[in-house]
Amino acid sequence: MNLIYPEFEVARNTERCTKCGICVKQCPNGVHALKVDPTTGEQKLAADDSRCVDCQRCVVFCPVRALKIVKSGNVYRENAYWAQKTINEIHLQAEHSGVLLSSMGSPEPYPVYFDRILLNASQVTNPPIDPLREPMETRVSLGAKPKTIERDPAGRIVNNLGPQIELSLPVMFSAMSYGSISLNAHESLARAAEELGIMYNAGEGGLHESLYKYGRNTIVQVASGRFGVHPDYLNCGAAIEIKMGQGAKPGIGGHLPGTKIGADISRTRMIPEGTDAISPAPHHDIYSIEDLRQLVFSLKEATDYQKPVIVKIAAVHNAAAIASGIARSGADIIAIDGFRGGTGAAPTRIRDHVGIPIELALASVDQRLREEGIRDSVSLVVGGGIRSSADVVKAVALGADSVYIGTAALVALGCRLCRNCHAGRCAWGIATQDPELVKRLNPNTGYKRLVNLVRGWQHEIQEMMGGMGINAIESLRGNRLMLRGIGLNERELEILGIKHAGE
Amino acid sequence: MLREGQIRIPSGCAVAGVIDRLGRRFSGEVIIRSIAAMRDRSNGLGGGFAAYGIYPHYSQWYALHIFYDHHGAKVDCEQYLKQHFEIADQSPIPTRHMQEITDSPLIWRYFVNPIPARLYRCGMDQREYVARSVLAVNRQIDGAYVFSSGKNMGIFKGVGYPEDIARFYRLEEYEGYCFTAHGRYPTNTPGWWGGAHPFGLLDYSVVHNGEISSYDTNRRTIEMYGYSCTLQTDTEVIAYIVDYLHRAKGLTFDEIAQVLAPPFWQAIEEMPPEKRECAAYLRSTFASLLVNGPFSIIVGFSGGLLALNDRLKLRSMVVGEKGDVVYFASEEAAIRVVEPEPDRVWAPKGGEPVIVAQAGGTER
Repeated sequence: MNLIYPEFEVARNTERCTKCGICVKQCPNGVHALKVDPTTGEQKLAADDSRCVDCQRCVVFCPVRALKIVKSGNVYRENAYWAQKTINEIHLQAEHSGVLLSSMGSPEPYPVYFDRILLNASQVTNPPIDPLREPMETRVSLGAKPKTIERDPAGRIVNNLGPQIELSLPVMFSAMSYGSISLNAHESLARAAEELGIMYNAGEGGLHESLYKYGRNTIVQVASGRFGVHPDYLNCGAAIEIKMGQGAKPGIGGHLPGTKIGADISRTRMIPEGTDAISPAPHHDIYSIEDLRQLVFSLKEATDYQKPVIVKIAAVHNAAAIASGIARSGADIIAIDGFRGGTGAAPTRIRDHVGIPIELALASVDQRLREEGIRDSVSLVVGGGIRSSADVVKAVALGADSVYIGTAALVALGCRLCRNCHAGRCAWGIATQDPELVKRLNPNTGYKRLVNLVRGWQHEIQEMMGGMGINAIESLRGNRLMLRGIGLNERELEILGIKHAGE
Repeated sequence: MLREGQIRIPSGCAVAGVIDRLGRRFSGEVIIRSIAAMRDRSNGLGGGFAAYGIYPHYSQWYALHIFYDHHGAKVDCEQYLKQHFEIADQSPIPTRHMQEITDSPLIWRYFVNPIPARLYRCGMDQREYVARSVLAVNRQIDGAYVFSSGKNMGIFKGVGYPEDIARFYRLEEYEGYCFTAHGRYPTNTPGWWGGAHPFGLLDYSVVHNGEISSYDTNRRTIEMYGYSCTLQTDTEVIAYIVDYLHRAKGLTFDEIAQVLAPPFWQAIEEMPPEKRECAAYLRSTFASLLVNGPFSIIVGFSGGLLALNDRLKLRSMVVGEKGDVVYFASEEAAIRVVEPEPDRVWAPKGGEPVIVAQAGGTER
């Protein structure tokens, strides 16, 4: 007996329904079934609401729009303190014990600072620039900038610029491992990154052999599980990222169940088939900042100092001090992942209660690095909650060199944010290793949708820059005078380093 | 109401400059007539001049021009100066009483050099010592403001139309080999003398027409390197960038122009390899010092001038040449009024620097 009444209800318009059975085939959770009425002998479509996760697959594929998923509407007695969700979670744990699991970023109603920040535009004293008529540059290069200018005997400047990543716009696809998402999803990201002139991040699960050809647009990751890490892997990418933490689950590791470790993933991750892939919470060779420095330089040694090294941390309370330490540890780029960042699976309590919003972490890290005079020795990439081009512009103006997008990219591939990735039955072929489901995501269309999305954002970024009278995105970076807060208190404004609207 | 320095005030403007390549000195009268021709580009809320070669008798001494809001500020500041500098001469800057100029602060001039023992102890070079002292006075001593600090050059500025400011300071009585001028059109009424242009540090001076949209990016970057932008004006931040790139980083003025207004990436891609590498290097390394938005600036330095427009040329700038004298102005009329028959007049393209440096100037 299931003690919890279903959250959703399948609303079927029987007048429109032709009983074609597409919904039955599309649903990976077995919600829909074609049944024969024993008395009349008539065929009838039935739905088991309890299995529905609201992934919207059947709704989108119903050719006659006979389907809708609605909130079931069953309510517990109203209680301002004990929400229905809370009660249901207690029932779940009382029934099954264990840790509550969730996927994707926290849906809880914490303040969204991006939505409390407004942008500036030029009027009269400074002309807006029309990106359709004038060059509007969004190109950025990430990596440490030299501290001294060197000249050869003839007085020419010596190029002492360390390894850099060049991006056509300050957007990259954030780390999602092969295992947490499908090979088709990975291929879509890789091809889109190549076409767009940006980077995608292979995540911690190694790199499938078929994707090595996209190495120039790949960031390879080294995480605490060290899955799939070998010299060819490190040298294949354009940059190496050390994953110290993830915004959705700061302070804990990862767990890819053995059921998802098929032959291909086993080979890519270099672990036996069917074994659980466990990423420990810490790197067991990094218990402090000096250990991190050793790993940074080990990776640089392994790649002949040709690749910038990124250190990725979750946005936590003392992110500013940690980032300052990382900047002095040989890292070329620091990535900060906010608590809205997505995940293939995380303990619900961790996801919803640990970490801080990326806007605040970014503002304090950027300011701290400037106060210490080391902002130019490192680039700053932020992720975990970037939803639109406006968020990108605000992040850059707060001080980011580039952003990472993960959830937005998956949504472009079809994701409806049903937040059931951990179940492994993604109806859209993204967060699954089931061959039948994986086939649903065609990389040929997938990569085009990603390209469309990012190109669309690029146009929007250019329009917003032009409005501000800025024609090179480097002049937007850290340009907080272009931002105003709305409905924020003094302390929040102070941390963000911006004025209130009207000031 | 907040005054300049407490709030950022955008403004439009007129700029002018004239330099003799051979270093021959001439009266300030020329630049006064030139900037006066552009009176309607100013609104009486700021005018000023930088003059080079005007103190030949004290050419080895730093000339500090200082505004004092009140006598107490002068006492405090002079105490600071005595602690840090040998003072060869000090006197009020000669001015003329004029109906048009009101509310002038106390305006003093000091010829100074660092006290050698003190300079030695702190281990800085002389120019760094002077620059830091100037920034310290401006930041720390309430009511005192050093607005000129170069050798054999001086800035003269205030609230009023530029030609009135010139008469007030009796600029026509000075002789120099190079002058720049500025008429201001702020969108607010700061009424503070320190807010007028030129803005200077050591022998670098900047006059600027425009409103830069990269202000906060530039400010937050340059403040990492020990500068503090107390005025919140574009001109101040540009002057500090020039000082940083030239003095601290050792870039040439041509390279500095490439940092302030770099070629577009597309143009960089099309350059021959060696040039491309250098251009990409400068652009990547000093990305945050790119000055964006409309500007036309004239940067003065010992022995030369750099004139530069923003990359799209959103502000006017015309250059004229007659023999060894080169004229710069926001409008051609301001050149023709002093040189009716120039050999050549042209409008440099956006981002294309015009650098005039005489032999022995600071330019490498």
